[in-house]
Amino acid sequence: MSAGIDLDNVCCDFGSFRAVDHVNVNIQPGEFFSFLGPSGCGKTTILRMISGFTDPSSGVIRIGGKDMKGQRPNQRPTALIFQNLALFPLMTIWENISFGLEVRGVDKATRRKRAEELLELVDLPNAADKMASQLSGGQKQRVAIARALAVEPSVMLLDEPLSALDLKLRQHMRAELRAIQKRTGVTFIYITHDQGEALAMSDRVGVMSHGKLQQVANPRDIYNNPVNGFVASFVGENNILDGAVQNAGSGMASFNTAIGTFRARIADEVTGGKVKLYVRPEHTLLSATPGAENSVPVTVSDVAFEGNFIAVQAQTENGTTLVAEVRNDGSATVPAPGTKMHMTFDAARAAILPNETGAGA
Amino acid sequence: MHELLKRYGTGLTGAFVLLTAFWLLILLILPNLTMFESSFRPYLPVVDVGGPKDVYSLHNYAQILGNGVDVTLFGVTFPMPVRVKVFLLTIFWSAAVTVITFILAYPLAYYLAKVVSPKSVPTLFLLLFVPLWVSEVLRSFAWWIILSLKGPLNAVLTAVGLIDHDIRWIAGFSPVIIGLVYTYVLFMLFPLYNAMQSLDSNQIEAAEDLGSPWWRTHLRVILPHSKPGIASGAVMVFMLSAGSLLVPSLLGSTTSGWFTQTIQGIMMESSDWNTGAAFAFMLLFACTLFVSLMMRVFGVKLSDIAK
Repeated sequence: MSAGIDLDNVCCDFGSFRAVDHVNVNIQPGEFFSFLGPSGCGKTTILRMISGFTDPSSGVIRIGGKDMKGQRPNQRPTALIFQNLALFPLMTIWENISFGLEVRGVDKATRRKRAEELLELVDLPNAADKMASQLSGGQKQRVAIARALAVEPSVMLLDEPLSALDLKLRQHMRAELRAIQKRTGVTFIYITHDQGEALAMSDRVGVMSHGKLQQVANPRDIYNNPVNGFVASFVGENNILDGAVQNAGSGMASFNTAIGTFRARIADEVTGGKVKLYVRPEHTLLSATPGAENSVPVTVSDVAFEGNFIAVQAQTENGTTLVAEVRNDGSATVPAPGTKMHMTFDAARAAILPNETGAGA
Repeated sequence: MHELLKRYGTGLTGAFVLLTAFWLLILLILPNLTMFESSFRPYLPVVDVGGPKDVYSLHNYAQILGNGVDVTLFGVTFPMPVRVKVFLLTIFWSAAVTVITFILAYPLAYYLAKVVSPKSVPTLFLLLFVPLWVSEVLRSFAWWIILSLKGPLNAVLTAVGLIDHDIRWIAGFSPVIIGLVYTYVLFMLFPLYNAMQSLDSNQIEAAEDLGSPWWRTHLRVILPHSKPGIASGAVMVFMLSAGSLLVPSLLGSTTSGWFTQTIQGIMMESSDWNTGAAFAFMLLFACTLFVSLMMRVFGVKLSDIAK
């Protein structure tokens, strides 16, 4: 019952502002796909175009191979879960859930039965006769999911549905959503600005910026092998160094910076242009003696104890601030501010990346 | 109260309260009580007022039952006191005016609240308000001119070719209905607009996304949400219509008796304020009863309207 979605060169303009810029992506049937990006990057516009509330300025949107041009939202096999959920406050929970069936002329007894089945599925029995105002945030969330599932959509579209929940509940609902998706096999398209959510739940993630799709990959690749500086810095933390490429070859290159020359991975397609060096804080090592390569002397300036890790801020001789993260295994020593140490990182864990695709273009 | 005292001090707060009390007590409650009291006393020459003949009775109220006429309804003819007939027709046509204003105001309110860009709403509201700058008397006269036999409406309809001989618009209740709808439609529009504007647009989209055609979205989502607005609009339009004297007097025909005209006749022409007061209170009670009944039927609470 699930369907794939093809976005083929889709653009969307609001006046002179291009909200979505030539987006191409094929989403597989049954896939959990997330669009991740900062607010204003065009991800919600993509969702509204798929659901039919906004028309693309150009390009083709296909659901299950069928061109959706001219199809109203009520004709599409999609169900949208709104950011504010948009439950009907004047209907009971079961009427909310079965509204889509009511529209399709299903008789009342069948509707009621189906609503109760769906409430069971989202783990919310005995709520059928309540009103939305009597439920908690997480419960409303489940009702919204049940209401969307009731119409047996081929594609579920979720617009930051967890953003209003508190942290614990959010983490619980992540797992819940994922489980519901696996159980129903429906294609999920998930919109979020929370990288943790996107990485934890998705089969694949599409990172967006300025209306352009920057990278589409599985969560591991997004985090470990970002294709450009935007993806690297939006997803997770990074130490970023300015400099110039020297002696590139066979995937590695030397990179000249103000604080020394480092060796790092470089993609073959990176040829000149503006590039920077990216090293994740958890991939750096602080030690009393310098490492064999990619090592720089630093002075610890600030230490933040985060619980599961310790973030150490350190300054190089010319004042550049670098961050190292030390995993707290229970015996990790915390260096005192003012300690002189060496920061070392593995060349294979550092990457020379271009700036984001199409920024400022 | 405490807040008021803190902000304005004893003197000013006292003035506020006293002025409000004066308005409420002296200008509203007391005159009404006097009228109510006099409605039970007979209409007497001045010398007899306070005399042995001046006793409380329901005689004035019973006056409505005089002068029977034959009324035919659904093929059955039966006698009915002429004033009762006028009374019932007034309530019936006021209800009709309420329904018509609702039918006219609903699409417009929806358009203003949910369709048109918020930037042009003030301009559109201004356009709606402009007619209110002209007095109600003049506006009613304007309709009288528009609807007259050789008036602009017939001229336009003839020119367009819709009719081949002039229609006598000022006959029966139609001109009164047109006049009342025109005068009071905004009293329906504004509460409706307010109610619809408070509806989250996502709800409309959610309904559509779930496959709902537009009419069902209106029926199940927008209309129920607008109910308090509809109720307060309906109460206002109904009460104002039933109590209107100007429009029925100006636009009425020989066959369109409005109960307010009956009351005016008794009070001003017969100078019988006692019977007039009795009739006025009957109209007030009947309208209140009708409104409460309708609110019961449609499941609206008084607190909804107060919003």
